[in-house]
Amino acid sequence: MAEYAIELAGINKSFGPVKANRDINLQIKQGTIHGIIGENGAGKSTLMSILYGFYQADSGEISINGKNTKINSSNDAIALGIGMVHQHFMLVENFTVLENIILGAEDSQLLSGSISKARSELIRLEKEYELNVDPDAIIEELPVGIQQRVEILKALYRGAEILILDEPTGVLTPSEADHLFRILEQLKAQGKTIVLITHKLREIMAVTDEVSVMRQGTIVATRETAQTSVEELAELMVGRRVLLRVEKGEPNPGEIKLSVQNLTVRDSRGIDMVKNVSLDVRAGEIVGIAGVAGNGQSQLIEAIAGIRAAKEGRVLLDGEPIDVTGQADPAMLRKRGLAHVPEDRHHMGLVLAFEESENSILGYHDNEQYLSGPMLNIEAIRDDAREKIEKYDIRPANCRLKTANFSGGNQQKIVLAREMETDPAVLIVGQPTRGVDVGAIEFIHKRIIEMRDAGKAVLLVSVELDEIRSLADRIIVMFDGNVVGECGPEATEGELGLLMAGVTNDKMAAAE
Amino acid sequence: MDTFNTIILVFDSTVRLSVPLLLACLAGLYSERSGVFDIGLEGKMLAGAFAGAAAASVYGSAWIGLGAAVLISIALSLVHGFASITHRGNQIVSGVAINFIAAGSTIILGQAWFKQGGRTPALASDGSRFESITLPFADALSDVPIIGQIYSELLSGHSILVYVAFLAVPLTWWILFRTRFGLRLRAVGENPGAVDTAGISVVWLRYRAVIFCGFLCGLAGAYLSVAQNAGFVKDMTAGKGFIALAALIFAKWRPINAMYACLLFGFLDALAIRFSGIKIPGLFEIPPQFMQALPYILTVILLAGFIGKAIPPKAGGQPYVKER
Amino acid sequence: MAQPYSQLPRWVNYGLIPLVNLSVAFLVAGLVVLAVGENPLRAAVLMIDGAFGSGDGIGYTLYYATNFIFTGLAVAVAFHCGLFNIGGEGQAYIGGLGVAVGCLAFDSIFPWWINLPIATLCAAAFGGLWALIPALLQAKRGSHVVITTIMFNFIAASLMVFLLVDVLKPAGQMAVETRPFAEGASLPRLDWMIEAFGYTIRRAPLNIIFLLALVTSFLVWVLIWRTRLGYEIRTMGHSPKAAQYAGINTTKIIVITMMISGGLAGMMALNPVMGAQERLQLDFVTGAGFVGIAVALMGRSHPAGIIPAAILFGMLYQGGAEMSFEMPAITRDMIVIIQGLVILFAGALEHMFRPYISMFFGRVADSSLKAAPATTGESH
Repeated sequence: MAEYAIELAGINKSFGPVKANRDINLQIKQGTIHGIIGENGAGKSTLMSILYGFYQADSGEISINGKNTKINSSNDAIALGIGMVHQHFMLVENFTVLENIILGAEDSQLLSGSISKARSELIRLEKEYELNVDPDAIIEELPVGIQQRVEILKALYRGAEILILDEPTGVLTPSEADHLFRILEQLKAQGKTIVLITHKLREIMAVTDEVSVMRQGTIVATRETAQTSVEELAELMVGRRVLLRVEKGEPNPGEIKLSVQNLTVRDSRGIDMVKNVSLDVRAGEIVGIAGVAGNGQSQLIEAIAGIRAAKEGRVLLDGEPIDVTGQADPAMLRKRGLAHVPEDRHHMGLVLAFEESENSILGYHDNEQYLSGPMLNIEAIRDDAREKIEKYDIRPANCRLKTANFSGGNQQKIVLAREMETDPAVLIVGQPTRGVDVGAIEFIHKRIIEMRDAGKAVLLVSVELDEIRSLADRIIVMFDGNVVGECGPEATEGELGLLMAGVTNDKMAAAE
Repeated sequence: MDTFNTIILVFDSTVRLSVPLLLACLAGLYSERSGVFDIGLEGKMLAGAFAGAAAASVYGSAWIGLGAAVLISIALSLVHGFASITHRGNQIVSGVAINFIAAGSTIILGQAWFKQGGRTPALASDGSRFESITLPFADALSDVPIIGQIYSELLSGHSILVYVAFLAVPLTWWILFRTRFGLRLRAVGENPGAVDTAGISVVWLRYRAVIFCGFLCGLAGAYLSVAQNAGFVKDMTAGKGFIALAALIFAKWRPINAMYACLLFGFLDALAIRFSGIKIPGLFEIPPQFMQALPYILTVILLAGFIGKAIPPKAGGQPYVKER
Repeated sequence: MAQPYSQLPRWVNYGLIPLVNLSVAFLVAGLVVLAVGENPLRAAVLMIDGAFGSGDGIGYTLYYATNFIFTGLAVAVAFHCGLFNIGGEGQAYIGGLGVAVGCLAFDSIFPWWINLPIATLCAAAFGGLWALIPALLQAKRGSHVVITTIMFNFIAASLMVFLLVDVLKPAGQMAVETRPFAEGASLPRLDWMIEAFGYTIRRAPLNIIFLLALVTSFLVWVLIWRTRLGYEIRTMGHSPKAAQYAGINTTKIIVITMMISGGLAGMMALNPVMGAQERLQLDFVTGAGFVGIAVALMGRSHPAGIIPAAILFGMLYQGGAEMSFEMPAITRDMIVIIQGLVILFAGALEHMFRPYISMFFGRVADSSLKAAPATTGESH
């Protein structure tokens, strides 16, 4: 048998102008657990989708078990013994476990044979790997941890020798995750090769034999897990980016403008994404929330901004309570001085089909200055938009241009101008420079500092560690829905990286 | 005895009236279960009815008529598939378009070819029309009270397509829940991603579903013009395709329920025809128009959530695009 | 990422693409004409001549166009909110009931210029209310308006037959219709408008409702692009998430939009019921509600596109009728085919030619228009 289960050489893949994978070279040894780690958007999922035949690489070579192959479809991948557990489960929710397992792997035109064969095979697999699942249960009635087992069983039923798991613990509780890792160990013991994609360092350290770090579409390093450390991986993952130093003076914190108390927020699947979080933001300071994407930051700011109803907890705006658990009302919050630059600029912060001037009033369209009776005061709106274009140097300087035609940086400036120029007491900013060109980043950072210096309370959420470090006066780190630590801007990347990976001081002490 | 005869007659016409609904409803079931909404059932049925009657009268064979009905209906299904599967167009818009194309062209072509004001020539009973089939011993048993009458009047004496339609119900159930194709069909309407990652072509699967749909709509059309009636009359479907759609929702996209729903809607129609309004002695009269509207009213009440909940296939109406 | 098609010049987006789609639809329709053994070109000439060759032709063309402007606007307003109101037919039918109620009550009391606003209000209110239940089911239960409005079309048809036969028909009258309206509900004709161009008009029932349709088109434009409500409707239609972010009450917007849409469809009834037949008859809508879908798709949901699209369909209706005198093989139902083809090519298959056109203009734009500013947005 060949030494390597998977060998990738020179893989490139672009989606339009976006280079998702650049010149990827990767070798994965037979019978090992190989981790691929990187931040969201680093290109991990794309790479694995190429391996599973979901996309075709623009260029590059793939060898499976030493044999050079072309994987043109999921069928080819399955035939080569590759199985994949997707981040969003590919299960039919109103089917039984057995029906899901045989889907696409039926033996004949009739189901009865396949079903009974799958039933006995399932019993065998259950014995072998401790994968207990009721074969006749309906998927939507099973907890997510069990649903994931079904996905693994699906792959094994198809005779997978190589199993790819894409962010498998994202939806699992810690104990479910531990169980999963035991299953993976067992699979490895049976000689299977496992590729584990994750952005969580803890998991890499816990189960993998080797780890490759991806950043911005490329693999920046491959290490034996035993020979590396969490600190090194964190640094590789985040990367030493060109630090855009922002000129800023000492903060001058005033009274508490925004107070979040014991906030718990559920997502649409009913999972607690924010768990009992408390924090304060004072006038004249920037509080940064650091954390790997998907650890509850998005839900936290959406709950504060009134877009998502919280399950429990209190939020005080300028000392006055707001009903975050009841009917969410962003319009009322805006009137009370809360401005919000949302993370999802394309679907939430802007209507891309609108003219620039129309977007410059989104959410403020019922302000009197933009209205005359039930009518929009188009002249006032356009004059106002032109003023903002001038002040924020938005290009092209055309308030009648469709928003989709602006660059990412200029689109973001449209949102910033709208939210900052209302003179809010509290400004919530989510991912201010995501997808923004370098030139605009500096401008946006300056504006955020100016807001602080003008005495606004700024709550900044970013997955860019650099950004948090250069802007925030206080840094709060979130992990798995909890606040796991707070530090000053002088904290090192390594320290923050550990916190972001969920390694707190007491945990480190316990480990030693 | 008179009452009993009346009941038998009403049930007999219930069966006849529910057959086109049932065939179209099952047609819609295949399409919608695969995630392709189809409000073009009406148009396909109409085109099938016209093609069936036209071919049957020209070639003097009901079977050739049936073949033509099926072919033309499948052709329209493929147009729907081309727009909504291949080009990811709006499935509703495409269905509306097909209804109009069918409504217009049946009249234009009918007038151009037969010059009888949009009608096709009346089909004679010489094999160019599906005749009613007398089941064995039906005549002999017709004198046996109740059982014999039910057998000879209600069960016997229908055209072959009536029996086909009712056999299609268990067959559809079997295909849907007992075959590989059925499993995949149900899966692709719920989560096409699961089908795609299992290495099955979503596009081809959905095309097969719309072809099945076209086939059954063709049968429904042929039943109208070559079996139930002796020829095509313009707009002869008269909204049956939409009642079938209502029945499909009412049946919650399940084949056996579909049969009950179609029988119910057929029964309402039969009552309305038979009594032209139901008089409740001494009190008031239920107008026939109310009976006609009842299938729609019931469906709206169902949709409002008062009679259980109708949950359509989850991926219905959305073109499949691979996730990033 | 930017929308892939956003770079197209406006005249391509709003002119060339609809034109290409329309041409293909007519091309296929031409093939049907060929199939029945007639000359498509001659048919086209006959049709245009029938529609515009005489005072009555023009009168009828604009009379039909009036219906289609209303139903087209109805579909378009719902489109702007991301809703597909397929129930214009039923809403117009019930709107006719409103017209009749208004006219029958006051036709011998007030003059037409008081009765017209009353009838208009009744028509809009009845049509709007007929859309209320589908709207509520969509907003609160998520039941697709497409399905519920289809159901309401049929319910409307049954209801109207019942009302006309059992309630509104005067005793002892054979024809299933209300009594003729009195003088006070008779609307002024627009014969002068046609005669101003040197034509004479005898039969065509072109009346003042045509002008009302034009005014309504303008008001719809104002509503959609110049009012706060229109802004909220468009935000909802483009991105429900952005609407939520902006603090827009999405349930309320869906219900209001559907009622406006239903109201516009209901106003269509003014033209045939009050303007032409001067009584409420069975089936007076005759598919105009559905033509509205084709008109809205072709007019790209903008009043400035809907009016020409409605006139085009008016021309098809009138010219088609004239053509069928000369070509007995082709009846007026040819229009239904064309309507279907327009919906198919301008609606369901709108993306078929778009990439090619985009590609062509993309290349041109890349090479020659580097420095030129990109297009301006939605038209105003």
